[in-house]
Amino acid sequence: MLQFSRSKITLIVATIFMAMLLALPNIFTDERTSNFPPFIPSQKVNLGLDLQGGSHLLLEVDTESIKSEKIDDLSFDLRRMLKKNDFKYGNLKIIDDSIKFKLNNSELAKNVSDEIKKLSQSISQNALSSQSKSNLNVEINNSLVNISLTEDYLKQISISAVNQSIEIVRRRIDELGTREPTIQKQGTTRILIQLPGLDDPERIKSLLGQTAKLTFKLVDQKASYDPSNPTKIPVGSELLPSDSDFNFKYIVKKKVMVGGENLVDAQPGFDPQTNEPVVNFRFDRIGAKKFGKVTKANIGKPFAIILDNKVVSAPVIRDAILGGSGQISGGFSAEEAADLAVLLRAGALPAPLIILEERSVGPDLGADSVFAGKIAALIGFVAVIIFMVLIYRAFGFFADIALILNLVMVLGVLSLLQATLTLPGIAGIILTIGMAVDANVLIFERIKEELRNGSSVINAIDSGYKRALSTILDANITTLIAASILFFMGSGPVKGFSVTLAIGIFTSVFTAFTVTRMMISIYISRKKPKELKL
Amino acid sequence: MSIFSFATNSKIKFLSLRKPAFILSLTLIICSVLIYSFKGLNFGIDFRGGTLIEVETSESENLSNLRSILNNLELGDIQVQEFGSAKNILIRVEQQAGGDQIQQNVVNIVKTALNTSLSSDVNFRRTEVVGPKVSSELIKAGIIAIVVAVFAMLVYIWFRFEWQFSLGAVIALIHDVLLTLGIFSLLQLEFNLSIIAAILTIVGYSMNDTVVVYDRVRENLRKYRKKEIIDLLNISINETLSRTIMTSVTTLLALLSLYIFGGSVIKGFTFAMIWGVLVGTYSSIFIAAPLLNYLKVKRDWSVSSAVESTKNN
Repeated sequence: MLQFSRSKITLIVATIFMAMLLALPNIFTDERTSNFPPFIPSQKVNLGLDLQGGSHLLLEVDTESIKSEKIDDLSFDLRRMLKKNDFKYGNLKIIDDSIKFKLNNSELAKNVSDEIKKLSQSISQNALSSQSKSNLNVEINNSLVNISLTEDYLKQISISAVNQSIEIVRRRIDELGTREPTIQKQGTTRILIQLPGLDDPERIKSLLGQTAKLTFKLVDQKASYDPSNPTKIPVGSELLPSDSDFNFKYIVKKKVMVGGENLVDAQPGFDPQTNEPVVNFRFDRIGAKKFGKVTKANIGKPFAIILDNKVVSAPVIRDAILGGSGQISGGFSAEEAADLAVLLRAGALPAPLIILEERSVGPDLGADSVFAGKIAALIGFVAVIIFMVLIYRAFGFFADIALILNLVMVLGVLSLLQATLTLPGIAGIILTIGMAVDANVLIFERIKEELRNGSSVINAIDSGYKRALSTILDANITTLIAASILFFMGSGPVKGFSVTLAIGIFTSVFTAFTVTRMMISIYISRKKPKELKL
Repeated sequence: MSIFSFATNSKIKFLSLRKPAFILSLTLIICSVLIYSFKGLNFGIDFRGGTLIEVETSESENLSNLRSILNNLELGDIQVQEFGSAKNILIRVEQQAGGDQIQQNVVNIVKTALNTSLSSDVNFRRTEVVGPKVSSELIKAGIIAIVVAVFAMLVYIWFRFEWQFSLGAVIALIHDVLLTLGIFSLLQLEFNLSIIAAILTIVGYSMNDTVVVYDRVRENLRKYRKKEIIDLLNISINETLSRTIMTSVTTLLALLSLYIFGGSVIKGFTFAMIWGVLVGTYSSIFIAAPLLNYLKVKRDWSVSSAVESTKNN
């Protein structure tokens, strides 16, 4: 066990050298590493959000709201279809995500069912689904009709809504120019967002908290809003609250003039006359045409600009707007106008997002943690080094060198894998400092025993290494089991801890069996000691 | 000769202490369970849901003044405490009724209240909001993680040793976990996700210690076919004692440094680890090894372990 072939020594030294090279960038500033020649790695350890500051947000796409929206749309289409075909019916209600109604004439059941099939096909085209299968479950029992959306269809809706949401969230965040955001899907309906170095999470949260559905609708002038008698709303119109005035509401026509999907651009600006912050927007060809047509026909009448079911403003159409561009003013601050422009450019979310979890750390707390971690690591490190030399003398010194290399290797591997170092991860490294010497301690204690049993120095070292091997493996595998469970079950910071712990286990076993052993072998062959002081 | 020479060549009769040790451990476990059932754990927002805000103020603020400002907000139970220094304050607000959407409002309300009613500049260092959905998932994941870890250890030791060892090791593990829960309940220390991580590490560490002792027991079972099991266990513990102490000391040195200098955020985590190392070391020597005496370990290792023993020699 004590002989090392030249090739083995080369391999060990090469491994250590590689690890040093990989760990090297961490002691330089970013500025310096960017000037490194290409053959020297420049990747640093990736600091977690808890160390560099930033926000971790777990969002859920509210797919329930899309489902009920779909059912609402369906019931609207259904009523229209029933009316068009002159099918008499009664008692149409939405109960538990399904539509129920009663036909006056049960003999029409076949015709009604055929018409519903046609409806089903028309929605499937919108949702890009497979045409062969129906998206609706239709049950007709005598004259009672029960219609619901199929499971497959609901799943499809929710998958496409989540994917679309991720795309829009990405656009909104990119618009703000946050550096290196991570946006990923988690599970089926969740989105995990990590924004390193962000110091104002409130702005992002408010941007993500709005679906930003923009519509232009005509104000219904047949009725005017009367707070004392709010129930009188004409058919085909609805009551919408004002965005700026809590007490005021508008009565607007349900029919959409133009929607936000027809916008091609939106930019914050100032009104040249009032100097008030506004958002200037531009429609695409179709939007411009629609808008031109409606404005031409309604000169002198007010229309409402509606964002997320709130009326932002309701200007009077002075002239036909044919150019396809316009302006939204609504008593915004400059920042509000800028944010609204971002939202409009990025597009509307298909469903509201709910923040399930937020963890934001300010950059200075992160820096404090890194500093405290470094100090703790340094002091713990020095304490262990001194202790080992006190107990094991020369061998302790060898173990200490192995320990230093061990730390370098952990840093190197972390940089190589671009694994994230978190605050618990630093704790993992410090724990590794304490536990890394364990393999060496096991070996040294074995050697001591062998010496006591009367073995020669060389034999004692040899069999010490041999006998300790299975114990070391067993002992470290148990810790590795715990670390891997942490890795698979844990989230964020805890995951970081398991990663450093696991890397530490591998490097400490590696250094004990190569580095320390090599040093001992060289020491023994040079000094040829008759007895060992352990 | 080194400082720890007392540990080498020691001939301490650990097994004669087995009864007092069992009684002590059993009492502590019963106490832990009792304390737990009366006081419960002081769950952090990871498991209970709610909002945690750490602020740094430019001047030292009067905590009771701060408390009354925050209590006026009618957000339910609010805890305010110093965190590390007089200018660092930790605010915890309980979970609000009304689902995940509502929780975010708390942050805005508290931030506005602090910005308007405190004279000093307020720096919001940390904000954590955990909604009811996530917190219930985290509880589940935490329990599963610990159970899976203990079970995985059971299976691993079973494969590598015999079922008696496996059972002894797992009893020691459960002992360690219960005592850790007990101390957290007794001192009402905040129990959060990182404590779960600490418990899992304790499980790994304690197992590590136990395996080293068991490994030696197995070796000695082969070596001394006729020796009384009690003597054999004593020899095994003594032979591994200096290693057990050495590793515990180096690990504790590192952990103590982390506890003292590592900052307030991971104090709880480090405390759990320190406690776990102490308890784990104790249980390996006084619980796991003596248990083998009662579990009737197999004495004849000549047949089934023939392959194993040639491999090791």
